[in-house]
Amino acid sequence: MKIEEARRYHKIDAVIVGAGLAGLRAALEVAKSGLSAAVITKVYPTRSHSGGAQGGIAAALANVSEDSLEAHMFDTIKGSDYLADQDIIERFVNEALKTVYEFEHMGVPFSRTEDGRINQRPFGGHSAPRACFAQDITGHVLLHTLYEQCLQHNVLFFNEFQVLSLLLRDDVCRGLVAWDIRAGGLHIFQTRAVLLATGGYGRAWKVTSNAHANTGDGVALVLEAGLPLEDMEFVQFHPTGLYKHGILLSEAARGEGAYIVNDRNERFMKTYAAAKMELAPRDVVSRAEQTEINEGRGIHGQDYVYLDLRHLGREKILSRLPQIYDLALNYLKVDAIQEPVPIQPTAHYSMGGIPANVRTEVIKDAAGQVVKGLYTAGEASCLSLHGANRLGTNSLQDAATFGRIAGIHMTEFCRKNAFSDLPVKPLETAQGKIDRLWSGGKERHAPIREILQENMTRAMGVFRNQDDMLKMLAVIKELQERYQQVGVDDHGQAFNLDLVEALELENLLSFSEVIVEGALARKESRGAHFRSDFPKRNDGDWLRHTLAWRRGGKIVLDFSKAVVIYPQYQPQERKY
Amino acid sequence: MAKIDIHVNILRYRPESDEKPRWQEFAISVDDESTVLDVLNEIHWQHDGTLAYRRSCRSSICGSCAMKVNGRNVLACETPIHRFGRKLKIEPLSGFQIIKDLVVDLDPFFEKLQRIKPYLILDKSLPDKEFVQTPAQLEQIGESTLCILCAACSAACPSSWPNSEYLGPAALLKAYRFVFDSRDDGADQRLEIVNDKNGVWRCHTIFNCMEACPKKIKITEYLSRLKLKVVENSL
Repeated sequence: MKIEEARRYHKIDAVIVGAGLAGLRAALEVAKSGLSAAVITKVYPTRSHSGGAQGGIAAALANVSEDSLEAHMFDTIKGSDYLADQDIIERFVNEALKTVYEFEHMGVPFSRTEDGRINQRPFGGHSAPRACFAQDITGHVLLHTLYEQCLQHNVLFFNEFQVLSLLLRDDVCRGLVAWDIRAGGLHIFQTRAVLLATGGYGRAWKVTSNAHANTGDGVALVLEAGLPLEDMEFVQFHPTGLYKHGILLSEAARGEGAYIVNDRNERFMKTYAAAKMELAPRDVVSRAEQTEINEGRGIHGQDYVYLDLRHLGREKILSRLPQIYDLALNYLKVDAIQEPVPIQPTAHYSMGGIPANVRTEVIKDAAGQVVKGLYTAGEASCLSLHGANRLGTNSLQDAATFGRIAGIHMTEFCRKNAFSDLPVKPLETAQGKIDRLWSGGKERHAPIREILQENMTRAMGVFRNQDDMLKMLAVIKELQERYQQVGVDDHGQAFNLDLVEALELENLLSFSEVIVEGALARKESRGAHFRSDFPKRNDGDWLRHTLAWRRGGKIVLDFSKAVVIYPQYQPQERKY
Repeated sequence: MAKIDIHVNILRYRPESDEKPRWQEFAISVDDESTVLDVLNEIHWQHDGTLAYRRSCRSSICGSCAMKVNGRNVLACETPIHRFGRKLKIEPLSGFQIIKDLVVDLDPFFEKLQRIKPYLILDKSLPDKEFVQTPAQLEQIGESTLCILCAACSAACPSSWPNSEYLGPAALLKAYRFVFDSRDDGADQRLEIVNDKNGVWRCHTIFNCMEACPKKIKITEYLSRLKLKVVENSL
């Protein structure tokens, strides 16, 4: 039988992997043009982790005080510790206002100023109140609104599908193969263009704000396809993770005026960022917290500090930060109106990812050559907009803006290019992964994942050093060996969670090696990557992006210069 | 944090081998601060890999893990086990077809959402910047936009169980959210859709949806305001 006649074969112009903000925004753009657009997602679209974003979406609307595109640009450059590419940031700030107004016109229920305009609040590292927000559920309302728009414009949804391989040959992306989680079975998608919008890779850590779904699948697929990843060592630790759970308490709390204090009830940020205090960027605040904890000034000498909202008062807490209030109450039995909330740094955002140019085309080398028909946007991508550290509220803006840009370029590409032939055995790689797990040995995925996550939290956290990282690398190598013997208990077709988790673990193990190799190579401290053995930034050697390939079982690195365009934005000392 | 021994009864169903759902008991030891989701993870990761359930965000915003625990619809991720003592009885949401174990088919739920045209309908032209919407106007719809589409409400609704055609509380709440949005011009179309025996009038103000809602949205109250609007609109 020909592939094209198979029941589980689909021919669709543009296939978008991931139903978060980036994926849905791209799908909407393609669908509006009249081409066929399908979204493949592991979870129902409204379950995507963009919905977990709380505090706001950045745009210099200047609704509550003076602001400018130049200020947004400079804040983002400085926040990135000068590693972000300035051509990308320029495009980003130029599109940001349009993105927010467009959302508002779609019906997003933004919180309002007294005179009925979009309200804005301060956020870490931004020099003006720039975060357009809807209470503290901004990501949630943006995600739901985009999903509804996609329904209106007849985007096709393949809900609960797990992508297992990219069909790539001769630097042309021809489609992909996905496992139908709900019913079982592999599906072939032949496409003109594919977008990888699969989100971040924070599930490699034990203490993380990330959803179960954030296993970096797209990132791992790209690595498997012989393409590079960029700047994977840069992972942001959010300073206000709920103690023990790691889930997010929005920076909006500090935007509204909350304090962070140590065991002596000191607002210790005065030692680390006297001007910006709690509203310094996240890398700075997380380092300060971890230093306080390491030096014994955590609460009761333990591994947490306090987020104190009490002085904001009941009304402000309940009207502006209701989700935060509920989370503290439900998970820790802490009433944030009466008591301070225990917090700790938590793995949060992946600055690194799949390298792409300003058109969101995936690139395959330091010279910027593109893979035809393959695109990426949102947290899965590395453009690099966030460099070594992302500013809060720039992520929703990134996902939506570059999601739209991806949709525009994919549409253009689809109009100019025919479908390419599929490889001769399109199912081979995907089927191989499944067969191996079904006929596998005695090892189980859960203990391997647990060892990986515990060690990543220990060795690849806020502070890093060579000894710990070399040990980490050895642990990963050993776990990769053990993974070869993993089998699953569940041999059923329908909703086989055991199988899906085992497949995800392969991805975690694959890209974690790249994170460690990149961090070992980068002998400097920049943004979220801090090495106790190399505590200074080194622009002479390291104002460069890391590119990493898996070749012959090894990680091979190459480096490309960061794009610095403007004389006024040359690297300088970073103080807050 | 201390370890406690608990008994967990889970309603299991494997479509490949089971004619109907059956109970299975697990006796396990967990931290006393565990959530229901922690318990399911513990069972799935340490005791029985074949257990199927949905979960993602762990922070009560994605809506994946709504299920019935000791008779109440809850989000597993935000529900501490100390609420239930040492015996847990966990079932899938009622009123939906079971795919496997705690996983139900939510396609009909999402299809109903689509029927009420869940998007702003505009006759007016777009402003250069944002539409003006005052805090008071926003207040009308604010709470309704908290809905995470977890389906706990529909699964608790006695009017929904016997009647698969009923739009149900979540879709009707979404209709409310757009009808009462000061920017929207599509109220007439939407009110016509919900003015039906399987629309607002199938709601008998039983309040189960409100009690089940993990976001504490006053659904019944909003549905009543929607009914009133339907009546006003037809006068």
